[in-house]
Amino acid sequence: MSATARAVRPVSVASFAQSQNVRKDDERNEVEGLMPVIAEVFGNIGITKDDVDFICSGSTDYLIGGPFSFVMALDAVGVWPPRSESHVEMDGAWALYEAWVLLQEGEIDAALVYSFGRSSLGDLNEILTLQLDPYYEAPLWPDIVSLSALQARALLDSGKATEADFAEVASRSRRDALANPKAQVRKDVAAEVLLQDDYVVAPLRRHALPPITDGAAAIVLAAGDRATAWSERPVWITGFDHRMETHSLGARDLTSSPSTAKAAEVAGVAAGKVDVAEIHAPFAHQELIIAEALGLDDSVVINPSGGALAANPLMSAGLIRIGEAAERIRSGAADRAVAHATSGPCLQQNLVCVLEGGA
Amino acid sequence: MADSEVLHAEHRLEYPYSRSTGPVIGAFLTALRDGRFVGATGSDGRVIVPPTEYDPITSDDVGELVDVGPGGVVESWAWVSRPLRKHPLQTPFAWALITLDGADTAMLHAVDAPGPDALSTGTRVTARYRPAAERIGSMADVEAFVVEGGAS
Amino acid sequence: MADETTDPGPVTTLATPIRLDFEFTPGVAQSKFLRGLERAEFHGQRCSVCGKVYVPSRGSCPTDGVPTTEDVLLGNSGTVTTYCVVNVPFAGQSIEIPYICAQILLDGANLSFMGLIQEIPTDQIRMGMRVEAVWVDESELTPSLASVRYFRPTGEPDADYDTYKEYL
Repeated sequence: MSATARAVRPVSVASFAQSQNVRKDDERNEVEGLMPVIAEVFGNIGITKDDVDFICSGSTDYLIGGPFSFVMALDAVGVWPPRSESHVEMDGAWALYEAWVLLQEGEIDAALVYSFGRSSLGDLNEILTLQLDPYYEAPLWPDIVSLSALQARALLDSGKATEADFAEVASRSRRDALANPKAQVRKDVAAEVLLQDDYVVAPLRRHALPPITDGAAAIVLAAGDRATAWSERPVWITGFDHRMETHSLGARDLTSSPSTAKAAEVAGVAAGKVDVAEIHAPFAHQELIIAEALGLDDSVVINPSGGALAANPLMSAGLIRIGEAAERIRSGAADRAVAHATSGPCLQQNLVCVLEGGA
Repeated sequence: MADSEVLHAEHRLEYPYSRSTGPVIGAFLTALRDGRFVGATGSDGRVIVPPTEYDPITSDDVGELVDVGPGGVVESWAWVSRPLRKHPLQTPFAWALITLDGADTAMLHAVDAPGPDALSTGTRVTARYRPAAERIGSMADVEAFVVEGGAS
Repeated sequence: MADETTDPGPVTTLATPIRLDFEFTPGVAQSKFLRGLERAEFHGQRCSVCGKVYVPSRGSCPTDGVPTTEDVLLGNSGTVTTYCVVNVPFAGQSIEIPYICAQILLDGANLSFMGLIQEIPTDQIRMGMRVEAVWVDESELTPSLASVRYFRPTGEPDADYDTYKEYL
């Protein structure tokens, strides 16, 4: 039975919280940075850790340079007596997916999902190079900006976009972030001015790059009675899927995102009108590729939060897209939204989550 | 010193990893040491470079290895005006995805060119190897690619 | 080109060394603990919900998940809850074997930590033994556990099993 044919158990995004996204949070350790976020995500709906059946987190030891950092982070929740928990070495959006799968199986009725990461502690370029093929790519130490620039060049060569389009995405994102107090880069600078920036790695200019961000985020998922008890108007996940492409950069078409298109198809994006899309595009040109893959038209409001160009806390930026999309529905600004998360170089893995306001 | 003054320390993480290559990756690296490129034949006849161990479509073992290159075509490129300390070149250079002659997929490497005007998508490039005595069986055995017929 | 006598054979391994530099901070709570060591003091933190005192503290109660902000100055003495005698040499060993490694529950704390026991033959160490910290000279104090040279028996009668049985 295909995923689209199987009935989806309604799961709500009951609560969302994130830390202030900053360039450098070097006073507190991960536990101290997470505690207020966990407290807020529970406090929003008046619950405690005893009200969730499962805990799942997304983070990576590579950012802190130490093993089992995610085990230490559990001190921010309090896991004695022992709790059922899991972890993914990925963005929290995938931790959310794991919790959602358990909710689909009916094993649990509520979950806490959180993510954290301080990109400021190490050399992010060198760290991210270690996610590449260790035989063929990593030994040359190509950094994430260079790889993203290869994708941007391919997009320009294909005629699908121009550098002015990249600048427009950057300009709009940081301008919209002025309305998001949690965002890090918030300013109103016209695209024409941005196009005067120097290239960092051509064809990417400074404005097309994400900021380096330290941050954390959390979401509470609920199903059944708890979903209706914790939200007056639940925000339901009605579709959820993720796909990955080959890790060989040269074997992929970098100008399109077939994994996003497939995930969108399985998640049922096209089954209704999309009011808002929160797209996880750390580099400006990537928003264009994902928007096309999701099948969005000009009526869709993209990244009202400012997106990853306004705040890019590694390991949380994808989870935050889901939280921000849910907030738009909760606030009444949207009825149906799509959230997207990405992982790996040049949009290698993509996750799509469809959210709808409940009755 | 304030009691609550937060401490900071430098922390270096260092591992001398050595990875086994297996027969397919090993064959590619061996060819590099010999100054050649090889690719693997996929189930649909595509020549995959660098070779994967398994067919990306059927997941069967890949077919025979065939010679490719030494020249090829730039599929995409990016100009680095300020190289990072671990980049393959320490003077401005281009990253490129290069489809070697005879291959159906592109390979990532560096192109040593005098400036961003010296190359574009579609430019033909060829490998500049390190001296044979310095080659160990690594992508770095190729110092960089250079524009065919051009100044370098 | 290699001739037959020097042919190195096919490549079977690739060296892929990694070196990454990080800035590390222990955070606010652990920094307080380390600053205390600089003054030859053990500081813990108490949880406002369960009342337990953790040393060293990471800033949260692992049971309740709340910040532990109340500072508690602990004394120098404590009880050995368990121990092991190390006889096996290993790379990087800095202490002469055999030596005693023990979990020490400081008086007033609800968490034990590991320390070195000296000034006692290795066959006389016992659970429940009362020990006290021996600090380095004042001029050598640093914000690290290296400020504690070791723990030694105080000579007091062994602590009652009931006083530490929860910490095994």
